[in-house]
Amino acid sequence: MSTPSANEIIYKGLWKNNPGLVQLLGLCPLLAVSNTFINALGMGLATMLVLTSSNFVVAIARPLLREEIRIAIFVLVIAGFVGVVELVMRAHFYELYLILGIFIPLIVTNCIIIGRAEAFASRQPLWAATLDGFSMGVGFALILLLLGSMREIIGSATLFADAHLLFGEWAKDMTIHFGEDARGLLLFALPPGAFIGLGLLVAIKNVIDEKMSQPKGIVVKLGKPATADISA
Amino acid sequence: MDTNKPESEASFPQWLKPGGLLGVFALIFIFLLAFTYELTRERIAIQDQLRLETQLKQLLVPGSYDNEPATDIFQPPDSGRIVYRARLNNSPVAALIKTVAKDGYSGSIQLLVGIKASGEILGVRALEHRETPGLGDDINLSRSDWILGFNDRSLRDPSPEGWAVKKDGGVFDAFTGATITPRAVIGEIKKTLIYFRDNQQELFQ
Repeated sequence: MSTPSANEIIYKGLWKNNPGLVQLLGLCPLLAVSNTFINALGMGLATMLVLTSSNFVVAIARPLLREEIRIAIFVLVIAGFVGVVELVMRAHFYELYLILGIFIPLIVTNCIIIGRAEAFASRQPLWAATLDGFSMGVGFALILLLLGSMREIIGSATLFADAHLLFGEWAKDMTIHFGEDARGLLLFALPPGAFIGLGLLVAIKNVIDEKMSQPKGIVVKLGKPATADISA
Repeated sequence: MDTNKPESEASFPQWLKPGGLLGVFALIFIFLLAFTYELTRERIAIQDQLRLETQLKQLLVPGSYDNEPATDIFQPPDSGRIVYRARLNNSPVAALIKTVAKDGYSGSIQLLVGIKASGEILGVRALEHRETPGLGDDINLSRSDWILGFNDRSLRDPSPEGWAVKKDGGVFDAFTGATITPRAVIGEIKKTLIYFRDNQQELFQ
């Protein structure tokens, strides 16, 4: 497997091979914690940190890895880092930890992390593996944030609620309320909203991809001219 | 995958190598975790303590007590409750009882029930729960002041039969679309009041 260029790695992580939209890995934390923007941000950062560190260590350990035990070592590395993240979060972002606490250990089961260790980090040089972990982490975090904002706006009619959990007291006024007594569409705050939201995001990405892959001015199968909408 | 250290294979039985390598990795991460734990332990303990104090202070009137309720703990055996005691000049002011209503709509609801020495409720707060957002979570003070309706109530006001939602013949309101959550909360408060009445002597020893 040849080493892709840095641009290619970033493009793949953020868009072409986005873990949340294309690989559809790590759905459990993605769907469970995306009910508000702040939850999504906390989970996204934690996942990004674990993914980057685990790719980094796996790439360092690459010469030592042996076929029989590589999966066990990946799991060990990932679980170790998740443990560290959980402790640090509990010490320094205690309030957020209280909310995300039960989901942090779930990062261990996030297939995206072991998937990147196996498919990329264990076969690539250190810089590429680290960049890949970071890009994939950012890609995952961005989808979490998008889904989180969407569900919070529709589901609770607020945005950035509880921002002080992550940023401290000054962020208490950051919360945006849409309407005085608006209570939101409950469905979106509940698990079905996560599935519907993610489905919509995947669909939007596919539409954008399709538009981008069509050469300008050529009439497509459906008989619609693919013209001005290429802006995306 | 090839290893790059063929010389060690001669002195090491082949099957031992992967195991040894795994062991080394395990050791490295044990040290990493132990190190992080040591670094964060103190801060986590402080955070836990602060959180408890914040929870207790939501109910206590400042100046009405002169001890540290967060460390004045009574843990009755096998009731699942924890009692924090507030005193003034060593005489009982209130008992703040952490208890769990097990029959919420989605799992347990952790409650903090403050009861004055006179048997009246100082206040109630929902600490932890997974009730439906937008319906059952009206037990949170941040969403609705329903939970304040228990202030100054006692087993005499209303009578024990009245400790239920209106639908069940009681005096307390339920939420639109959510009866199970208030029913669980009210039931547990009542049980806690009875527990307090029956054990008051022992509680403040």
